[in-house]
This record gives sequence, structure tokens and C-alpha cells, in this order.
Amino acid sequence: MTANAGSIGRSSGAKPSLKGKASRGSILADRAATVVLWGTGALVLLILGSIILHFAMAAWGVVSLSFILDNPSQTTLGGIMPVLWNSIYMLALTMLIAVPVGLLGGIYMAEYAGDNIVTGAIRFAEESISSVPSIVVGLFGLILFVDDFHWGFTALAGALALTFFNLPLMTRLSEQALRAVPQDERSASLALGATKWQTIRHVVVPLAIPGLITGVILTAGRVFGEAAVLLFTAGIGTPPHYNFMNLDITNPTSPWSPFRPATTLSVYIYKLNSEGLGAFKNQIVDGSAAILISMVLIFNLGARFVGRVLSRKLTAS
Amino acid sequence: MIKGTRRFGALAIAAAMFAAACSSTGATPTAEPTDTPTPATPAAAMASVAASTAPVATPAPTTNCVTGTITTSGSTALQPLIQDAATAYAAECPGATITVNGGGSGTGLSQVLAGSVNIGESDVLANTKLATPDANSLVDHVVCRQGWIVVTNLDVTGVTNLTTQQNQDIWTGKDTNWNQVGGPDLPIVLIFRPASSGTRATFKKLVLNGMTEATGGTTLTLDTNGAVTTAITTTKGAVSVIGFSYYNDPTNKPLLNGLQLDGTDATIANVGSGTYKLAADGNLYTKGDATGLTAAFLQYMVGPEVQGTIIPKDSYGPISK
Amino acid sequence: MASLTSAYPTSKLRAKPGLLERLDLPRRVVFVAAASMIIVVAMLMIFIVWQGTQLFVKDGYSLGAIFDAKWDPLADTPEFGILPFILGTIVVTAGALLISTPLSVGVALFLSEVAPKWAKSIVQPALEIFVGIPSVVWGWLGITVLVPFLADTFNGPIVISLPIVGTIFSMPGFLTGFSWLAGSLVLSIMVLPTITSVSYDAFRAVPQELRTGSLALGTTRWQMIRHILIPSALSGVLTAVVLGMTRAAGEALAVQMVIGNSPTLPEAITQPMTTLTSQITLDMGNTVFGEPWQDALWTMSLVLLVISITSVVLVRVINKRRMGS
Repeated sequence: MTANAGSIGRSSGAKPSLKGKASRGSILADRAATVVLWGTGALVLLILGSIILHFAMAAWGVVSLSFILDNPSQTTLGGIMPVLWNSIYMLALTMLIAVPVGLLGGIYMAEYAGDNIVTGAIRFAEESISSVPSIVVGLFGLILFVDDFHWGFTALAGALALTFFNLPLMTRLSEQALRAVPQDERSASLALGATKWQTIRHVVVPLAIPGLITGVILTAGRVFGEAAVLLFTAGIGTPPHYNFMNLDITNPTSPWSPFRPATTLSVYIYKLNSEGLGAFKNQIVDGSAAILISMVLIFNLGARFVGRVLSRKLTAS
Repeated sequence: MIKGTRRFGALAIAAAMFAAACSSTGATPTAEPTDTPTPATPAAAMASVAASTAPVATPAPTTNCVTGTITTSGSTALQPLIQDAATAYAAECPGATITVNGGGSGTGLSQVLAGSVNIGESDVLANTKLATPDANSLVDHVVCRQGWIVVTNLDVTGVTNLTTQQNQDIWTGKDTNWNQVGGPDLPIVLIFRPASSGTRATFKKLVLNGMTEATGGTTLTLDTNGAVTTAITTTKGAVSVIGFSYYNDPTNKPLLNGLQLDGTDATIANVGSGTYKLAADGNLYTKGDATGLTAAFLQYMVGPEVQGTIIPKDSYGPISK
Repeated sequence: MASLTSAYPTSKLRAKPGLLERLDLPRRVVFVAAASMIIVVAMLMIFIVWQGTQLFVKDGYSLGAIFDAKWDPLADTPEFGILPFILGTIVVTAGALLISTPLSVGVALFLSEVAPKWAKSIVQPALEIFVGIPSVVWGWLGITVLVPFLADTFNGPIVISLPIVGTIFSMPGFLTGFSWLAGSLVLSIMVLPTITSVSYDAFRAVPQELRTGSLALGTTRWQMIRHILIPSALSGVLTAVVLGMTRAAGEALAVQMVIGNSPTLPEAITQPMTTLTSQITLDMGNTVFGEPWQDALWTMSLVLLVISITSVVLVRVINKRRMGS
């Protein structure tokens, strides 16, 4: 197939259809194809638009400041504050582990890795984890952290399982961001007498920051929405009323503690759909889904915006 | 040299993990020492619970407040009750936190056995799921009766009752149209619970007498009360079995056609009197005897507040006296 | 960018290497970070392989008994034939790819060849947002919007009044909306961004000279796309489809919510069916650790792991062939 492409450059006569002036039929076909391709682009926007519209309409009258800030209630609409808090908490906990490890791993892959069997194994591992179904990762976390380590359902177990799942993505995005830094920068720094590590720390990493931040935000978006991994590791239940003044992180009743079950927003949607009760169940699901989608929107647009601003700033200086 | 060492290090860690996996899964389960023999039957369990709650039955019952943190997991059918009781207990006893997780009866039993949670909730008796030594290391605490109801889509008009015989004909695939049981000309769509679920096992035992259910084109399997309720309301001719607490939910009830069983209304009163037969005990399991907050909470579960107020509110039945 | 040299923290760059660096510590630390992925994968594989083979090792089932059509865990001698689930995963995935591949490749071509800058700057972020929508949200949309829609369509007066189609659709089992079709439709949208973005990269990787060369010969854009661009990028598109396939086969919650989970193979695209992932989510919570039933679920997880590792290898083979030729 690729041989085709190569041969065309050499002898254009190989393909009769490419010769001579385009016939009327082929022009018509071209027009039709253009219309169809525009149609596919429009379809994507149409689907996304109708999903956003659907949730915007469903969430109308549900989502308000009190929906975001109140505790869940059985008799009224209530709010989703504890699960939203858990989502943010889990995100922070996961990124706390995944960002440093992923960044360092990305530095190795971009700056040090030679073409040898270890690099090959790392790449294979990277591709393998990103293709393993999230449910398998969740079950793995269940056996290892929840049962074998006797942690029970805890935020930490969930965060570690999420880290496993997202580390490859974080590493790959870091590697890409670092590789995008022009080779000249490294040569110039080395020419100044800097060591390799000094070059990486003071030249390459700062220049890669826009790309790295984009990577972090994209990974964060994925962590925020994940449910299947957390069902089996961080627990599924209605969270208690949190006392945020309790800052003792070793106390499982503190909302700051990693040693407590933490039902996140996406797990909460799954739970309400499967076991929810009460007159406001469907409204709460719609409102929660709308918030989840808004967060994803914010993450994505935020990544683009931050990336653009930072790279403009850095190139301008 | 350095590289070799590193590679060995990684291998050693992997090997250690492997060893951990072996020891946790391969070794024979060590039976935890139990101070008291496990009650062999639900009745005996009830008796032991009743005995332990005797002091509560004083003229002015007060809740025994113990501080601490416990976690429960297991049956989704029991979850609404445990959740409400846990919330009420925590409201009375500020130092106590009880976290209620779902997961299913199997999860509850596995995790209480593994020591990952303090209480495991199950719709079925532990000895039907676990090997005998494991089942014997758990102590059963019966805290309520729970009932299930056969429900259909609202378009199945004219059908208000199914006999045991009719249920058997429908669920084994002998009857495939509602007009065979006095309803409209509409194909029957069976919505099962997963074969592993407590609801399915109870229904199969009490109503179907262990007969093999239909499979194939006209059957669905959905895993939770919520999913089943959504499916029934959107599927013409659908029939399924859900818990009372889900049926009596104000959102669900107007969307469902609840049926009598053998002419008996599916009510808590009839479950209590024993005339409605599709009911079973709600079992809470602890590993060995309960202590501390776990014991206090289990005592609270069979005390007057839960039995008299929360249980009727959530459409469960009180434990038989 | 090279002019940045003047902005370098020269003092820091000229500083004498610290003790840690002389011990080669930075390189070791970043190596450990990268190698941690090998450890994670090794742990994961050992665990799943260990758990997944318990059914054979501990419970004494033969490989033949597992790759069998009979699934009856409640029988006196429980049978754990997982063939219906494997085939179910295959057909749902195939359905999703059939719907998604033409659409995704179309979008990729649109973005790489046709779209003006402004259109690109709308469609590309839209695709990224698709990636971010969690699977529970897709499942919730599926069960509240898609399934009732399909049920109404199949039961609608228009469809039923059609001559042959109507007769087929009024047969029992065509009613519910929970179906192979619903599962494939939900999955097709979920894998759309994956296939689109990887195919897009493949199209962008085709050298610009091939395009201009072809157009200079007087071909239309469509002829250029058909005869040059698609053949040149075919291995890349194939990689995209394999990656989409992996994602579809491993997706659990959204599929389970709409597929009906009937443990038999469907006779028609409108009938309920089941997959490996949906059966695992259905039964995992209700079974206890160590019982043969749960061991069978772990065996299914092992099959899923094998599928994903195979696809990783497959992608590598495809890419190697591309590089080689």
C-alpha cells in the first residue's frame, strides 16, 4: 500500500485515473465528497451540540449555587457538595502522585532513553496500561489495596488505581512536550558548559511548560470523569456530612483524610441510576451530569487557553 | 552492572507482588477464632439478637452512643435502610461515623470475611455463598424483613394478580403473551436480575420452586433496582421483581403496575403476618462477635427507633418478635 | 526561540555539578519513574493471570469447558462457558466499528484536507470534549434517550406498517430497545474521537509533495484523497481502528446500561445480548472471592487483558511494516 505512494512520485502513469483533465463525472464526485466530508464535521458538532443542549435543558432549574454547595437530601433536591468535593479531592490526590512520576518518566524517555531493550519494555508497558480496560484496573485495585492491604474502600486506593491508569498518558504527554523543545536549545546550554541535568532543569523543562500544563489538564479531565476504576476501590455510598474544620488527615471522618471512602461525582451518577431513591433522583442525575460535562469543558478549554498564553509569553520574552 | 542491579530490583518487586498474590489467594483461609458459635439458622440468629437487645427494652430507651468509625458494604437491597439508620445514629451520636457502601451481597460477605469492612450486608445466608469454615467465622445479625414485588409496565392493564403457577409459567417461558394470564395481547418481556443476585435467588426459591428460567430473545438482565425500574417504565409488556423500598418510592410507584401474589397484597403487614411469601431476612454479618461501635450500631438496628420508625418509613418489615 | 539563549540562567548553568549529580542521581531517579510503569504492568499482569487461571488450577475446569457456549453457574455442576460473552464482545465491537470507522475517517479527512482554519478550530476542541465525557454520562444518555427512542422506533406505526420489515419488527424481542444496536451506537460515539485523532495524524503524516504532485496532474481533490492519501495512510488508519476496537471491547459501564445483558447470542441486531465487561460488572459484586463463579469472572478479565495486549502487539506490527516498507 505504501509502495503505491512511493511509486506515484516516480511514474505518474501508473494510475490512469490520475492522468489528464478531470472529467465532468469526477468533478461531480469531488463536489459530492466535499459535501459529505463537511457533513461529517457538521455531524460531530450536531451530536455534541445536542448533548450539551440536552443537559442544559435537563439541568435548567436544578443546577444552582445551592445545588453545588449543599449536602444531599432525601426529601428535597439537596445538593452534591460532598461528592463534588470528593471528585476534586481525588483529582488532587491522583495528580499529586501522577504528575511528578509522569514528568520524571517523561524526562527519562525524552532525554535519556537509549534504543535498548529497557526502553522497549517501558514503551510496551506504557502502551499496555493505556489499553487495559478500566474495569480490569479497578478489579486489580480491589484485590490489591482494598482486600490484600486491608485498606477497605479508601480515597487512597482509588487514587493509586487512577494513577496506574493515567500514568502512561501523563508520561507520554510530558515526553511529547519535552521533545518539542528544539535541539538547538540543548546544544546552546551544553555549549555554555552546563551539565545534562542542569540543561534539563533550567532550559528544557521551563521551555516545555506550556506543553506540560496542557498535558496535566488533559489528564485531569480524564481522572475527573472516571467511574469504573473507582467503583471497586474508592467505594460507592452516600457521603456523610463533612466537617471541613477537622484537619486531622489520619482521622477517617475528616474530609481531608485519604483513609476514608470517597464517592466521586461520576460514581454518584452511577449509584443514583442504579440504586437511587426519592422524588428528585432524575433531576439530581441530570444536574450532576451537567456539572461533570461543564467541568470537562472547562478543563479542555482551560488547557488550550493556558497553553496558548504561556507559549506566547515564553516566545515573546 | 548498575543496570543489572536495577533490573533485578524490578524483578524482585514483581516477585514480591506475586508472592503476595499467592499468599492471599492460594493459601487456605485461616478461620478466625470465634468466641461464640455462629447461629445455624436465622431463627437462632434472631434469638441471639433479641437476647442482646433485652436491656434496651426499658421504659425510656436511650441510644447507646459509642464513638468511632465503621464501614459497611454489601446488598444494594438493604442499602437504603442501613444508610438511613446510619445517618440517624450519627445524628444522635456525634462522635460516630458509619460509612455505608453498596457493592452487592457477595462483596459484603467477601469484605467482612477479609476484614476490609466491619459489617457485611447480605440478602442471602452466608453458607449459601461461602465455604463452611468461612461461613462459620461470621456472625449473622438479622435486622429486618424485606419483601419483593412483581411489577409490570403500566400498559399491562387488567392484570392485578399473578398466582405462583402463573408466575412459573411466565418466568420459565411457557407463557409468552399477557393475554394468557388475562391481560392485553402483548408479548411478555422478562427483566431478570443477574443470576448471582440475592433477589433472583430468593424469587427462584420461593416462587419458582427452583425451576429453570427462560433465556434468549425476549429476556433482559439488569443489575439494579434503579435500572430495572427505568427499563420497566420504558419497555412495553415488561415484568420484573423489585424491592418494596424501590416500589414504594414516590417517583417510581405511579410508573409501575404492582401485582398481588396469589391474591395477597404486597404489603409490609402481609410480610409480617407471613401471608405474603416473597420475603426474606436482611442479614448483617460481622466477623466474630461485634464490638465497640459495630455492636452498638447493630443494637440500634434492632432497637425501637429503627424497628419502629425507620423500617416502616423505608418499606421494610420489622424482625419477628 | 534560539535567541532565548541570552535569557538563560547562565549562573545556574555554569554552576559546578552538585554531589547528587556527580553520583548520577538525576538519571537514576528519572529512570525509576519511567520504569515504574514496567512494575505496574508486571503486577497487573501477574495478578490478573493468577486470578484468571484459578478456575483451571483450583476449580479443575478444563480449557475446553471454558471455551464453550454453556453458561450455567447455578447448575448442580456449574458450567462456565464464556464463549457467548467473548462472541458478544466481538459482535458489539464490530458493530461499533462499522458505524464509527467511516464517520471517523470522514471527520479526519475533513479536518486534514477540507476544513478551513475556522472550522478546524471548532471541530477539534469538540472532539476533545467527546473524549472527556465520562462513560457513565454516555450510559445515562443511552438509557434515558437512546433506548426509549429505539423502542419507539421499532414499535412505531410507520415501521410496523411496512410490509416485511413490519412483520419482523412486531415479533417479540424486537421491542425493548436494550439491544446490540444500542450498545454498538453508544460505543461508536465513544470511540469516534480515538479513531478520528489517530487517522488525522496518519493523514497529516503524508508528505505535502504527494498532494501537490497529484493536484498538479489535474486530479480533483477527491481523486487525490482516494488514490493517494488513503492508500498512503492506510496503516495509520488501521492502527486507529485497532485502538478504537480496544477501547470498545474494554468499555464497561455505558455498554452494560444499554445492552440488555441477556446471556445468549442475539439473533438480530435489535435483540439484547451480553459482553465480557457487562457480565463482569453484573456478577462481580454478587459473588464472593474465591468461589468458582467469581474465578470465572476473573478468567473473563484475563481474556480482556489478552485482547488488549494483543492489540498493542498488533499496532506495533502494523507500524513496523509501515516503517519497513
